[in-house]
Amino acid sequence: MIDVKNLYKNYYPNDSGKFAGIGKPGIKKNESVLSEDTGISFNVSEAELFGLIGPDGAGKTTIFRILTTLILPDKGIATLGGLDVVNDYKEIRKKVGYMPGRFSLYQDLTVLENLEFFATVFNTTIKENYDLIKDIYVQIEPFKNRRAGKLSGGMKQKLALCCALIHKPEILFLDEPTTGVDPVSRKEFWGMLQKLKTQGITILVSTPYMDEAALCDRIALIQNGNFLNIDTPENIVKQFNRDLWSVKSNQMHHLLTDLRTFDSIDSSFAFGDSIHFTVKHKKDFSKSEFESLLLAGGHNKVEIRKINPGIEDCFMELSKKTDL
Amino acid sequence: MNKIVNPISEIVIKADHLTKKFGQFTAVDDICFEVRKGEIFGFLGANGAGKTTAMRMLSGLLIPTSGVGQVAGFDITHQPEQVKRNIGYMSQRFSLYDDLKVWENIELFGGIYGLNASQIKIKTDELMQRLNFEDERNKLVKSLPLGFKQKLAFAVSVIHHPQVVFLDEPTGGVDPITRRNFWEMIYEAAVDGITVFVTTHYMDEAEYCDRVCILVDGKIEALDKPGDLKVRFNADSMDEVFLQLARKATRLDG
Repeated sequence: MIDVKNLYKNYYPNDSGKFAGIGKPGIKKNESVLSEDTGISFNVSEAELFGLIGPDGAGKTTIFRILTTLILPDKGIATLGGLDVVNDYKEIRKKVGYMPGRFSLYQDLTVLENLEFFATVFNTTIKENYDLIKDIYVQIEPFKNRRAGKLSGGMKQKLALCCALIHKPEILFLDEPTTGVDPVSRKEFWGMLQKLKTQGITILVSTPYMDEAALCDRIALIQNGNFLNIDTPENIVKQFNRDLWSVKSNQMHHLLTDLRTFDSIDSSFAFGDSIHFTVKHKKDFSKSEFESLLLAGGHNKVEIRKINPGIEDCFMELSKKTDL
Repeated sequence: MNKIVNPISEIVIKADHLTKKFGQFTAVDDICFEVRKGEIFGFLGANGAGKTTAMRMLSGLLIPTSGVGQVAGFDITHQPEQVKRNIGYMSQRFSLYDDLKVWENIELFGGIYGLNASQIKIKTDELMQRLNFEDERNKLVKSLPLGFKQKLAFAVSVIHHPQVVFLDEPTGGVDPITRRNFWEMIYEAAVDGITVFVTTHYMDEAEYCDRVCILVDGKIEALDKPGDLKVRFNADSMDEVFLQLARKATRLDG
């Protein structure tokens, strides 16, 4: 449904020597990265929920803007359902729904007026596609006569989703729909996306929250304008091909500074109530020896166990290995 | 991160039946708590639970409808200007001026926070060295990566060594490694005796706080050490604790 090949965009003039955008060339990458000096490439199948996962400034919005035909790429090809983002932009605009990261509905129109406006722009009516938005719309219906500017964050987000869906798009683009949203509303929102997927809509969604990666069919981990990896969340976790350990003690901050002084330890990072670490050489590391070292160093209630990595562990490992 | 906060160390933030109403709407509903010197106090809640309103009252920007609040030894209702002078504040949205250079931002904020020229000079050098920022000194802030900006913004918010620093979602959108480095800076500030009052939507970060307070519909639903909350709610993570509590909310977020 979405086909992206060697996409490259630099917001600086190419002769300036500076780079900000996507597909930065000439950088050392590890073998798991798909593109090499040729921009970024990926594809999304029909009715797939594909996630772009990465921090602010990684290039997520640039990809969205190119695919929704709002800006032109410098190099590379992107097609949506066979339509080219540069040549067939008028056709594409009828087929996509786009919810930008910043709330961009009309603040002075009411909930209902906004929805009617967007339906009219796409030459349709609310009635015609009501089925698609019903589940989401009923939650904001009690406020249908309230101006959009007066809605709370969670309600604005739901209205924006309704407006992006009202013309029954084939592909839905959601740029950071859950940023700044609390964990409860975030879970609710992802539930809505799962439902839309079952109706055959292809969804490209971006998020800075690594824990949301597991809710996507496939994800691309992105940093500094390049992909670190593209795969299913399960496979990305499987590719974390080293031992990951978790350690706790009664003095967590000291534990972190202590771990950094051990030569055998490669990386160590706080993860909620424990610290995750990797070791340089598997054969030189003994759990029991390490435990006695910590106990001798004044730590109590030491708990060490081998754990399975999460997406965030993978992201950090990949971003360390890749010179981006 | 559990460290020992001296139980008899002084109280730097005190909320006593603090309430804020906007018309008929009670945004913050009779909240009471105390935060001690050097403590990292996490303030959690769903969107619209009243976190921002409470934080604005405690930083002297909003007058409470009723109740009493004290921050850094000053009354938030009657001495809001003294409160402002003794706190630092950093938010994700507004932190530094993009069109000023790194050193100019430090000079500006140092001046606003009441440091004199020679103090600013010493602080600037110290900061550049500690953050390993020497090469960035003369760069415009807008040219810095987000992670750099966040670290600089935090360093600037505590440049006057305030008694309390308020951090409003300081790590939103930051990459995972920088997010962790950032928390190490927060921790160092706390060890230095600065009390940290922080809001976040990352539940793993709630674990790094000495105590967390969970606000639901303007009221405090839970206030304890993260470990004790997990035991009480029979949960493996703070995420679960939060979900159990926040689901009780009846108020539509606003």
